[in-house]
Amino acid sequence: METILLNRVHLENSRSISVYTANEGYDALKKALSMSPSGVIDEVKRANLRGRGGAGFPAAMKWGFAAADPKRPKYLLCNADEGEPGTCKDRQIMEGDPHELIEGMIIAGYAFGAEYGYIYLRAEYPRLEGILEQAISEAEGKGFLGKNICSSGFNFTIRVHRGAGAYICGEETALIESLEGKRGQSRIKPPFPVNVGAFGLPTVINNVETLANVPHIILKGGAWFAGIGPAKCPGTRIISLSGHVNRPGYYELPMGVTFREVIYEHGGGIRGGKELKAFIPGGASSPCLTPKHLSVNMDYESLAEAGSMLGSSALMVMDQDTCMVRVAERLMRFFVHESCGKCTPCREGTDWLLSILERIEAGEGKQEDIELLRDICDNIAGKTFCPLGEGALGPVRGTLKYFEEEYREHIRIKGCPMKI
Amino acid sequence: MRGPNIARAAFSEETLKRVEAVISRYPTPQAAALPVLYLAQKEFGYINDEALSAVAFVLRISRAEVYGLATYYSMFSTSPMGRNVIHLCDNLACTLLGAESLRSCLERKLGIRMGETTSDGRFTLRNAECLGACGQAPVMLVNDDFYEALTESTIDKALEKYR
Repeated sequence: METILLNRVHLENSRSISVYTANEGYDALKKALSMSPSGVIDEVKRANLRGRGGAGFPAAMKWGFAAADPKRPKYLLCNADEGEPGTCKDRQIMEGDPHELIEGMIIAGYAFGAEYGYIYLRAEYPRLEGILEQAISEAEGKGFLGKNICSSGFNFTIRVHRGAGAYICGEETALIESLEGKRGQSRIKPPFPVNVGAFGLPTVINNVETLANVPHIILKGGAWFAGIGPAKCPGTRIISLSGHVNRPGYYELPMGVTFREVIYEHGGGIRGGKELKAFIPGGASSPCLTPKHLSVNMDYESLAEAGSMLGSSALMVMDQDTCMVRVAERLMRFFVHESCGKCTPCREGTDWLLSILERIEAGEGKQEDIELLRDICDNIAGKTFCPLGEGALGPVRGTLKYFEEEYREHIRIKGCPMKI
Repeated sequence: MRGPNIARAAFSEETLKRVEAVISRYPTPQAAALPVLYLAQKEFGYINDEALSAVAFVLRISRAEVYGLATYYSMFSTSPMGRNVIHLCDNLACTLLGAESLRSCLERKLGIRMGETTSDGRFTLRNAECLGACGQAPVMLVNDDFYEALTESTIDKALEKYR
């Protein structure tokens, strides 16, 4: 199967506008500008393009809401704050084919009537700031950005905004706060950003991978896109594969590919001929799964059914020698560090979870700690401002569900069985 | 008003020009907080007292708000840093592939613990929560340069570049 998003990244000088335009680049923009804005939204609706950030919300629906709000100006924020541990997919697009993202942003801006676009770039990608700025200035030079784009009367500018190392800013309302120059702490919804977003104005936040699909959809049609992969969730997905596999890296594959195919065919199986113990399917927040789930398809619905989530499609693979308590502990340390501190269940709850996980791993756990972990999880779930608190439960709930016996063994033998 | 006022901030002429340019890219001065804090950190080495005042002044917000930002975001430091900053990732993907032994290796070679700065001011060692290069784990970032698929033997060579 051919790729959609990463077709150009292997070309020489793939970042330059000349290579981009020689390979269909900005043809979609010209086509979109010949359509009505609502016609562009309809085409993306036909494609059934769902958000690639993790929630899977239909992109065209977001644009429609923002277009319907009469307030001006409107903002398009590209969420390039790829911070979910295990994820390195958006980086491939921005590093190898930045114009694909920029063209997608211009078309999206045209569709719902945005004047300003910002790319909220994660701080840990310092080199990308220059790459994106270079691409923006090339696009301005060719009249694809700025005033009266391609003589259409449409004006749109894009600026790069580098974050400063806070995972929470990948959550859309925290991202807005951060863009406004505040600490990145989530806002309660409603109002939703499509009505009251950046600087109090209608704002759409789309993930890099979502926007990069847009030029392809406009050029080849929504029906073409809707025919790739599962009907409920068409298109491809860039999967970040890491951990104990022979060939880690990133792979663009049709949505709905099985874990078996990704881990064993593309990833070359488990390192050192060992057995697979567990895998985390969609970034740190997604509960782990086990070898019996290898036939599950990587799409939103199938993973929800399997009790986990597709998230950012960051697949982390663990071999037979991995201690699952330690995995949960390590990920919880991350969530404790990244909790913004605004709401109590997340701020205090993650800290308590970490303390208990640490003592179990250190051999100081008590039998009742298992129930205590579950109880704290139940008291965080559904009680936080934003999804970070909920996400922090993934590592605990997943490992407890499939590896409770391993927890109990830690408590029984007063230490980590993997170290003995 | 803004011209003469802004000139009273403690930034150098050159940085001040960049500060003004960056503020012009946003609808409000405060929105330029992160880029201006980056410029301040570059100019003052870290977000010290002088930097706090300078940033507060140009953004027209209180020093307390600037301090809140500087301490909230991991990329800013309110204590002095070395000339080169090493961010070693020890999140799950890197930990699965040996980040812990790389940490001890770096601590041993540099003679400091995580979070500290070498006495000659050459390096500060910090841990990072996922650098987004999980397919090439384990990884570290030195200033703006990525080092991937790290081993104890490749760390030495990487560090030689930095004075």
